[in-house]
Amino acid sequence: MSDELRNLAKTIRSKNAGVDHITFDIILNDRKTFERVRDRAGLDAASVAKLFGIDKDRISHFAAFEPANAIKFTIRRLRPSGDPGESDMFGCQQYAPLFAVKIP
Amino acid sequence: MKNVKILCPTGHLSFTPLEPESFLRGCEQGPDFVIADAGSCDIGPRPLGADQHVSHAAWQRHDLGIMLCQSRRLNIPMIVGSASDTGTNRGVNQFVDIIREVAEERELAPFKLAAIYSEVPVEVLRERLSEGVRIEGLGGRPDADEDNLDSTDRAVAVMNAEPIRAALADGADVVIAGRASDCALFAAPLLNAGHGPGVSYFAGKLMECASFCAEPYMAKESILGEIENDSVYLTAMHPNQRCTPESVAGHSIYERENPFREHIAGGYVDMSNCVYTRADKQTTKATGAVFVEAPVCKVKLEGAGKVGERRLAIVGVRDPETSARIDQAVDWSRGKLSTRFGPPGDSYEIYFHTFGRNGVMRDLEPFAPRVPHELCVVIEVISKDERMAEEIAALASRNLFYARLPGLKGTAGAAALMSDEVLVGEAGYRWTLNHVMEVRHATELFSTSSMTIGKN
Repeated sequence: MSDELRNLAKTIRSKNAGVDHITFDIILNDRKTFERVRDRAGLDAASVAKLFGIDKDRISHFAAFEPANAIKFTIRRLRPSGDPGESDMFGCQQYAPLFAVKIP
Repeated sequence: MKNVKILCPTGHLSFTPLEPESFLRGCEQGPDFVIADAGSCDIGPRPLGADQHVSHAAWQRHDLGIMLCQSRRLNIPMIVGSASDTGTNRGVNQFVDIIREVAEERELAPFKLAAIYSEVPVEVLRERLSEGVRIEGLGGRPDADEDNLDSTDRAVAVMNAEPIRAALADGADVVIAGRASDCALFAAPLLNAGHGPGVSYFAGKLMECASFCAEPYMAKESILGEIENDSVYLTAMHPNQRCTPESVAGHSIYERENPFREHIAGGYVDMSNCVYTRADKQTTKATGAVFVEAPVCKVKLEGAGKVGERRLAIVGVRDPETSARIDQAVDWSRGKLSTRFGPPGDSYEIYFHTFGRNGVMRDLEPFAPRVPHELCVVIEVISKDERMAEEIAALASRNLFYARLPGLKGTAGAAALMSDEVLVGEAGYRWTLNHVMEVRHATELFSTSSMTIGKN
């Protein structure tokens, strides 16, 4: 049975990581769910780039972080935070596309 | 080696006022130090470039006042870094003045204060560059050149624990530091007590945002950290919060590009093998951080420069056919601007923030609806010439109103002008430096001034 990621994670957030990056944390409900998402969801730098419709080379980091039951990746911003044209100064409202990711 | 207890009441001090109840509770747990960071890059480049604070002055006074009064009552040192949002000299002096005012008002016994300055004159960077020192871009930025420096109005260097260690060793009761790595504020007294750099900076990384390392999510509540040998024991001071292995580990990856490394001047903390376990119902133990010393010491530089004056206009769209063709309407508006002012570039910048479609996520938005129910377009204009910025914002919004869209049914106006006025925004600034520069000594870009505050 497949679930949406939003129902398996207690935290899905995005936030500035310095002025040139936005980092995304998906913290799963427990270790078993973390392993399920890590091993079966096919989440990697290429798939999150596709999800956000950006080039893969803008994903500067992708990692599973076991101590926190977390999947984490970082996207390089096209313009630094707070420069003219900014729409989300803290980068904290960029995670919504992750909600509906289907997890087998 | 002595166990050290650190109480952290808040992250980004005075961004909103700290919660006194959990702080006062923490003060009864026998802390050795009270420590908080007060700055962030998250507020954008303007506060640094324009040298302004974004935290309300009354809240600065509130947070510094309660920290000062309690730390003096307990006779323990207090450390605050990245003073007044940016850590510029203005920020340090502003915090020192507040400390002095509170001390006088409360008639506190005399104490020793160290002010550590971290602003770097652009001229100094220019000299280093001309001496052949590399100012290396972070995160894919190119190295800095003369142009970067010419466009920089103000720059700060980010200190590690060393200048703060020296101030504490010199007997400071209160340390007000300029721009500092958040974790360095906590590492300084730990290093002085003989703890290793791995656990010292790691403790700071976990504690810097106070209650963000606990659950459930509650901001501005106090956290107590006890450092024993290679371990950090974290306890939430709000009765409804807990530091759990998951919450602490989860916080260790917060706002960092790479979950395993925390960089500071002179090296990084490797957190790859950290272990988080429950020590008791209230407390989580974190251990296993390793400090990796860099072969050369590089200090981070942050710089910002003014781009121009900012004007804003707000426009709404309800016609579904106009909504579906909003790009065409924007192109029409842009065309009229180009005819009058030439294309955007050095003389002006213009952004159409299309809320309802991709106003929040812009280039990262994968789900822009083809026809939103209604749209809000916020027009943002930046120009060195404020009259030009004003005129462009007005012309851009009225040309959404007059957009020529074939077959348009509502021929009285293609867009709703919320108030047909141009709003004056804060000036636009840009991050010009997010770089590191090699130095001979970790402390060479910083200077400390000591003083006694209070009357005998």
